Formats: sequence, C-alpha cells, structure tokens
Amino acid sequence: MNLSCPIEHHHGDTILQAHGGGGRLMAELIQSVFAEAFVGLGLQADADSAALDIAGPVAFTTDSFVVKPIFFPGGDIGRLAVFGTVNDLAMRGATPQAISLGLILEEGLPMAKLRRIIESIATAAREADVQIVTGDTKVVERGKCDGIYINTSGIGPLNHGSDIHPRSVRPGDALILSGDLGRHATAVMASREGIAFETNIESDLCSLAAPIAAVLASDVEVHCLRDLTRGGLASAANEIANSANCSLSLNAQAIPVTDAVRGASELLGLDPLYLANEGRFLAIVAPESADSAICELRNAGCEACLIGTVNESPRGIVTLTSELGATRVLDLLRGEQLPRIC
Amino acid sequence: MKYLDEYRDCETAKKIAAKIAESATQPWTIMEICGGQTHAIMRYGIQDLLPDGIELLHGPGCPVCVTPLGKIDAAIALARRPDVILCSFGDMLRVPGSATDLLTVRAQGADVRIVYSPLDALTVAAENPDRQIVFFAIGFETTAPPNAMAIFQAARQNLTNYSALVSQVLVPPAIEAILSHDEARVQAFLAAGHVCTITGSAEYLPIAARYHVPIAVTGFEPLDILDGILECVRQLEAGEATVRNCYARSARDDGNPTARSILETVFEPAAQTWRGIGEIPQSGLVLRAEYAQFDAEQRFGLNGGTVPEPAECIAGEVLQGRCKPTACTAFGTRCTPDSPLGAPMVSDEGACAAYYRFRRVAL
Repeated sequence: MNLSCPIEHHHGDTILQAHGGGGRLMAELIQSVFAEAFVGLGLQADADSAALDIAGPVAFTTDSFVVKPIFFPGGDIGRLAVFGTVNDLAMRGATPQAISLGLILEEGLPMAKLRRIIESIATAAREADVQIVTGDTKVVERGKCDGIYINTSGIGPLNHGSDIHPRSVRPGDALILSGDLGRHATAVMASREGIAFETNIESDLCSLAAPIAAVLASDVEVHCLRDLTRGGLASAANEIANSANCSLSLNAQAIPVTDAVRGASELLGLDPLYLANEGRFLAIVAPESADSAICELRNAGCEACLIGTVNESPRGIVTLTSELGATRVLDLLRGEQLPRIC
Repeated sequence: MKYLDEYRDCETAKKIAAKIAESATQPWTIMEICGGQTHAIMRYGIQDLLPDGIELLHGPGCPVCVTPLGKIDAAIALARRPDVILCSFGDMLRVPGSATDLLTVRAQGADVRIVYSPLDALTVAAENPDRQIVFFAIGFETTAPPNAMAIFQAARQNLTNYSALVSQVLVPPAIEAILSHDEARVQAFLAAGHVCTITGSAEYLPIAARYHVPIAVTGFEPLDILDGILECVRQLEAGEATVRNCYARSARDDGNPTARSILETVFEPAAQTWRGIGEIPQSGLVLRAEYAQFDAEQRFGLNGGTVPEPAECIAGEVLQGRCKPTACTAFGTRCTPDSPLGAPMVSDEGACAAYYRFRRVAL
C-alpha cells in the first residue's frame, strides 16, 4: 500500500498563502530566503520592530513600487524599491541609513523570481550602503496583485546644515541636471506587451546617494534637490516653481536625451521631458556654485550640465526656450501621457 | 539624430523666416490643417519667428477633437457592456462624452484597452473568442488604411467577434467647407503632409483652382512648417494658386496606391458630422455594404445620434479659423484641459489646449 500523498508537493518552488500566514512556511521563507540574502545588512528579524541609533534631525520617507514588468532592462522591482527610497532621502540631503521592506506577494509567484528579486534588493542595499532593518510579508490570493508589490520606507540623518527644500530656491539660482532623460520610462515601456518596438535602452536606475554626498561635502551651496521620477523633469520643475513661487526657465537645447529615447518618443508621441527617470535629479544651486556643482557631479560619475536658471516671474510657471529660440510655457502633465494617434 | 536635427536647426529656421519676411509685402492669413502641425507651431514657437503680418490660423485636423459626441457616447455605452472589449488609440480615452469618458468607465470596470494599431485589436479578438472586440476607428486619411486593413483581415479570417465603431473624416471636404463660409479668412493652406502621403496631392488641385487658394503640402518639423509658409507667401505675393509639395521626402503626388486601394476596398465616402462644426457632405468614410457586418453600430443596434455641445463653446469657430482660442469668454477659466467645455481643449493637438499649454502667460 502506498501511503504518500497523491497531490504533488509544490511548496518549495511557488509562493503559497501559507508563506504569509505566520506559520512554519513563513518562518522557512524568512530564514532561507531573506535572512540568507540580507547577511550583514542589519536585519533584526527576531523582533517586531527595529531599534536604530540615530542622533539629531532625520529625514524619513516611504514609497510603494508596482512596476510592470517586474524585471526590465537595467533593473527590477527590488532594485527600484531600494534606490527609489534611498534617492528620496538623498534629495533632502540626508544620508540613507536604514530601510524597511514590505512585500505583498501574489499566490503562485515562482519562488525563483522571489529569490532573484530578494538578491537584487540585497545587492542594491550594499551598493547604496543602506541597511534593511525590518520587513513584512503578506501573500494575497491569485489575481489580487501583479506578482509582487513592494513598499520601502527609509530613514537617515540630516547632517547637512542648510534647508534643502523648494523654499530655499532664489531667483538667479542655477538649474543643474544630472544626466540624460527618459531612459527608465522607455526601457519599461519597450518591455511591456503590446508595443512592437525593440530597443537596447536600459533604465537609468541607480543610487544617487554618492553623487549627492559628494556635492554636499563640497563648498557648493545647494538650495534644492529633486529626483525626476514620475512626470519627469517637467513635472518636478513645475512642482518646485509652484512651491518656491518663482519661475524656472529651461533651455531645450541644453537638456540631454539619447537618440534611442528620442526615437522611441517620436514614434509613440511622447515628450522626454515628461518621461520618468530613476537615476536622474535636478540640483538647484546658488549661481556662483554652478560650475563647481557640475564639476563635483562629473567627478562622481554624473554627466551633469546646466539647463537653465530661476527667475522671479512669471511666478509658479516653468518656461522652455525651444531649439528655435522661442519661449513657451512648459506645463504640468494632465494624467498619464497617452500616445497620440498620428 | 537623422531626420530630426536637420529639420529643427535654428540657423536654417532663421534664414527661412528672413526669406518669409522679405517676401511678404502685405498681411496674409494661412491655415495649417493638421493638429500635429498646430502642436509643433506652438511647441517650437514658430509664430514668434514670423513677421507681424503673417497670421497662422489653426485648422480642424485634430481627429480626437472632431469626433462627434454621439460616437464617444456610443463607445462608452459599448465599453460598459460586459461582453465587449473596447480597443482604442490612447488619446481617445480622455475625451469627454456628454456624461463621462472612457478612462473613467475603465476605472469602473469596463474592459477598455489601448492599442497602437488596429491589427493589435484583431489579435485581441483572436485571443478572446467569447468576447466581442470593438475597435474605435477614428481619424483622418492617415488612420483609414490600417483601420480598413483590420476589417479586411477580420473578413478573411471569418472573425465574428470583431467590429469597428467608425468615425473617419476626410480633409478636402473640410477645406471646402471652410472656404465656402461667408466669413472665411483663410488665404492659403498648409495641407497635412501625412494625409497626402496616403492620398497624394492631386485631389487638392481642383480646390486650389476653384477657390484660388495656394496649398502647400507640409510636414511636421519646424523647418517643414516654415518651408510651407514660405511657399504660401511666395504664391500669394505672385498671385498664384496651385498645389506645391513641400514634403517630398514622404508625400508623393499619387500618394500611396496600396494604402488607397485597401481604403477604397473597405470604405466609401458619406456625410459626416464634425464635432463643433456640424455635418459636412461627403467628408466621412463608412463601411461598404459588403463589410457592413463589421459595423459596430449595426451589430449592437446603436445610432450615434447628434448630442448638443455646451452653448458657450466656440469650438466650431476655432476649428474653422474664424476665432483664436483666446477670443473665447470661457478660455482658461470655465474651460481648461482639466475641465474642457469643447473638444479642442481636450487633446494636446487641439488649438485651445495648445494655446492653454504653451501660451496662457505672456512671456
């Protein structure tokens, strides 16, 4: 007589509801996947919360990641979840110290994919020199999420003395862009189903902590920093113009966009100034600091360039001087960029 | 980047603008037909390069703008049916019907999918044999051949779950409607280069002759547009009125015979309502009788009846070049891209939205 269960035993290679249920499978998952990958990254898995030793003022931020597809040229959702939060801390002038990791997994997610994402998270955390101190895993029924969603929160000390914020922006300040635009959005779009174009564009996804630290350690007078994620440069510039109650004027010819991104944008009727980036930022610095800011950023590996200045008026408006020398309003995006039909 | 940089060169643009200024001895009013051209004019600030006397009027060539409210309401009604997957070009989704828009009904659970080609909608049909796939076939002569090809292929593949909600419009009858109006101000036209890439420029010859109006077939890059304007000014100053192809790298005199052939196989001209303007004879395309089974309105028993526009909206005047968007009392206040009263404020290619986006502040 055969007493073994006739139902195939799968729990090793697929995420099941029980992996989020608090029992043995969850303990195994934490031990064999998370704890192993996060060795040396400060995970305090045996307590309900992590205890941190940070003196003085801190910056604290949170972000959720739902990118589709979860693996894209130049990165994946895990790497994005680490750098997204690290970069948000860096944009306030903080030194990223620790992040939390909240995972929402869809029942049926292949374990191999989860392992790949967790290893990618660990690698990214080591690159950005940030600890993953606490976490949480939930599993939802099949169909209730798209493979995996991630939330990360991050904290880091504000060692920098000045207030890096739109309210510090002054007329005359220089606008410095850290590199070419549009690669992340284009890479993700090209790898989605339904768009029949092939490119070798890779996402610009990277940690911005090191270049920001280099600029802050120099004598550059930084007034505001903003990473150019959703909505791209145009949206970030509009938000700052609005908060700072001044005008940002950009020079279209000075803004670098690779031919591959330009080509894809022309084809799909999109504007690279509105495309999302995950490794680009705008630095607004005192006019006398512009040259040394560009120099510091270039030494840190960014292809930084001066793309415009801050003016007093028209208040709350961003202007763009076109390749032909005419100036117009650069508006905030309404909703999602939708491809034009012809 | 090849095919882009050489048509956006600042120095060459200034040279052409200087030639326009030299040639023009009196004020002239020129209309660009296509919304893509309007967008480029506003985006690059081309009007700023022109001498004061050259006025650009913005034509009705924004396909999203002129799609009648009744058709949008029909698309929304179809999308709401649980048995239907509505496939559409992306920029149609934001356009408000009389009560809501496709983006909103999608959020409420309707299966509305953005496709980049009607042939992608055919693939959706093949993959979902138990659902009805309706493609929202809108646009000018540019979208008509691929929209026709999808229907032609559906017929060949005996697909019984594919149909098209058709709202196709044609440029030449619209030009004639504009020129026939008592208050017509347009003295020359920049014809839409991509439309002429399909249909050729020959069908514009009788219009140029009958109304004694110069027509320059024009592309969409800044230098293309300046070249088209220069050609119009040259003809106007010389008292000529003919069709000149200034977009030879794409448009040929006889167009694209293969594209025209599939268009004529599947579609035939008929009267068409233009949003904001009204009905123009022979200005639309409908499915020929042998393809009528693929007509979504017939299949689902709809009729895209006329739905009244908000009274304050002067879209019709704007689309026919009789008013600038800024002449509207609601512009930028009661009518903005976030809350549009009329179609030209909806699409980025609409003249009102272009003015709002690029020109609402004096710079």
